Amino acid sequence: MDKDGAVYSVELENVTKIFDESTVAMKNVSLKVKKGEFFSILGPSGCGKTTTLRIIGGFETPNEGTVRIDGRRVNNLPPNRRPVNMVFQNYALFPHLSVFENIAFPLRLKKMTESEIREKVEYMVELVKLKGQERKFPRQLSGGQKQRVALARALVNEPRVLLLDEPLSSLDAKLRQYMLMELDRIHDEVGITFIYVTHDQAEAMSVSDEIAVMNNGVIEQVGTPPEIYESPANTFVAGFIGETNFFVGKVVDVSSEYLKVETRFGILTCYKDKEAKIGDTVEFMIRPEKVYVTKNYPPQNMNFLRGKVDQLIYLGSHTKYYIMVENTLIRSIKQHTRYWMDESTISWDDEVYVWWNPDDSYLIKVTGG
Amino acid sequence: MKRHDIYTLPILIWLSLFFTIPLSITVIMSFMSSTPYGGVTLPFTVGNYVEIMKGRILAILWRTIRISALSTLITLGLSLPVSFFMATSKWKNLLLMATIIPFWTNFIIRIFAWIFLLGNNGMLNNILIQLGIVKNPITFLYNSWAVVVVIVYTYLPYMILPIYSAMEKFDFSMIDAAMDLGATKIRAIFKVMFPSIKGGITAGILFVFIPALGSYAIPELVGGRDSVMLGNLIAWEITTARNWPYATALSNILFVSTALALFLYLKIQGSDGK
Ligand SMILES: Nc1ncnc2c1ncn2[C@@H]1O[C@H](COP(=O)(O)OP(=O)(O)OP(=O)(O)O)[C@@H](O)[C@H]1O
Ligand SMILES: [Mg+2]
Repeated sequence: MDKDGAVYSVELENVTKIFDESTVAMKNVSLKVKKGEFFSILGPSGCGKTTTLRIIGGFETPNEGTVRIDGRRVNNLPPNRRPVNMVFQNYALFPHLSVFENIAFPLRLKKMTESEIREKVEYMVELVKLKGQERKFPRQLSGGQKQRVALARALVNEPRVLLLDEPLSSLDAKLRQYMLMELDRIHDEVGITFIYVTHDQAEAMSVSDEIAVMNNGVIEQVGTPPEIYESPANTFVAGFIGETNFFVGKVVDVSSEYLKVETRFGILTCYKDKEAKIGDTVEFMIRPEKVYVTKNYPPQNMNFLRGKVDQLIYLGSHTKYYIMVENTLIRSIKQHTRYWMDESTISWDDEVYVWWNPDDSYLIKVTGG
Repeated sequence: MKRHDIYTLPILIWLSLFFTIPLSITVIMSFMSSTPYGGVTLPFTVGNYVEIMKGRILAILWRTIRISALSTLITLGLSLPVSFFMATSKWKNLLLMATIIPFWTNFIIRIFAWIFLLGNNGMLNNILIQLGIVKNPITFLYNSWAVVVVIVYTYLPYMILPIYSAMEKFDFSMIDAAMDLGATKIRAIFKVMFPSIKGGITAGILFVFIPALGSYAIPELVGGRDSVMLGNLIAWEITTARNWPYATALSNILFVSTALALFLYLKIQGSDGK
């Protein structure tokens, strides 16, 4: 299938994009996106996600660096000559054209015959489940339907890469979830590379093969969803992907597997994910779902703190606890399983133990001291 | 009275006061005869119209349409890129101001400014002579071209404003989208932008073409014998010949040709839009 045998669909090499002296939208960004991957770029608003997509699509030229598509340098190719298509954040459907004509637009530019056009458009209409809507105009469509038209129009050209710029951001939560699954299905069906931009970590986690976490024009980490969640490269990634509890302290003891760390909560044990020596300053984290809250004394060898329930939020499938320990909120999430270890109910202002297994913590950063 | 009659009453009064009555007067007057002292008198007659058709009116009518159409076309050609530039510029509001500011100066003064610029002793000729490019001044004024130039200048804002306003509302990411789908920039503009700003273009054409048809001061001041327009003829009949019936007949012909042009344009315009 791959004429050129290149492994990567899209490669950015040290790409820098400067809009003006004060706005450096991309700083030395390097990315490698494998063929056929569902690749997400995740980051807060203004971090340079759209700019990255526009550089790949050819709408912006990098100040420095190389852009490759299927192994070929494309820095100087205009958008209309790149084998990529884009789904725009606001859909950018042509209001004067019907659904059929919107999807047929790229085909008509290629001067295909009427029967070829009909065949391809019908296939696309089938793929994105828009049967019966072909004669409608964009203003007569719902948000989800517009989304499908934009998708069909971008795919009908059979691009090697599909770029999606926050395509679901204007849909409501339920529809967003559904369309996300639809995107996943379509990705499986067409088998091309998807590069998906979002600021919603849950979206990115649920469908991506790989995620690049971006902040302030810099790629902070690239990895699979579990990698990013379980072993974040730095505090930003740890904090951006889901909720977490951070601890900072000085190493006072090192064993083969664990570190003893002097924190403002006392001495805590954490798993030695990275090498460290006595005297180093370290930062480690523990995810809320691994933190237990009980009235009973915790089992042996656990890290534990004592605190007061500040807030609890019942969310149906789980409950969130915010425990005040030494003026710091520690977060915990409790799944509602039938056989919970501590059956006594916990409510506001209760004195509780907050504890976790040192093996579940993750050492983010070691600074020599 | 039924309720909706009450609501439509003000507009009815408005229309009859400012539209129907004056129009009726000109229609009635155009079928009357003139007295030697500039009055109007019975009996009713179609003589004025017969007279007009016999004269050089058709040539003047045709010229009026030609000059107006040409001016409109040039205005459109200038306004499209200018509006595009304005709509995509960082200094939109500043540029918008710059388009409107000429309105603050009296229309007649602005025409005289052109005479000062293009006249035989005007600035342009002085410069050309100083530079030794020509020996004797070139007569730029007093021909149809001068009329076209000044009409274009005068009505340019009326074309730019509606087109700019349509372009300003246009979502420029659609051009990106069209280019993404394989169009060159030019094609993207033609295939995606033009259909979206059609309304603005139509408005601009009407705002320029219709007043151009009725031009009077411009051909009077910068035109020559070869650029007399219908408006000049009407003015001459009223002020010099003092023949009101004949003048109103002429004005009715202008009215009908304008309405006809409008109708044809909207018809053509409407037929290609799906
Ligand atoms: N055309 C431009 N001219 C000047 N600055 C720009 C331009 N486009 C983007 N920027 C700036 O570059 C930075 C990155 O913008 P970008 O649109 O890539 O962010 P984003 O991650 O897509 O944000 P969002 O999630 O809000 O869409 C921002 O500071 C933005 O203001
Ligand atoms: Mg963006």
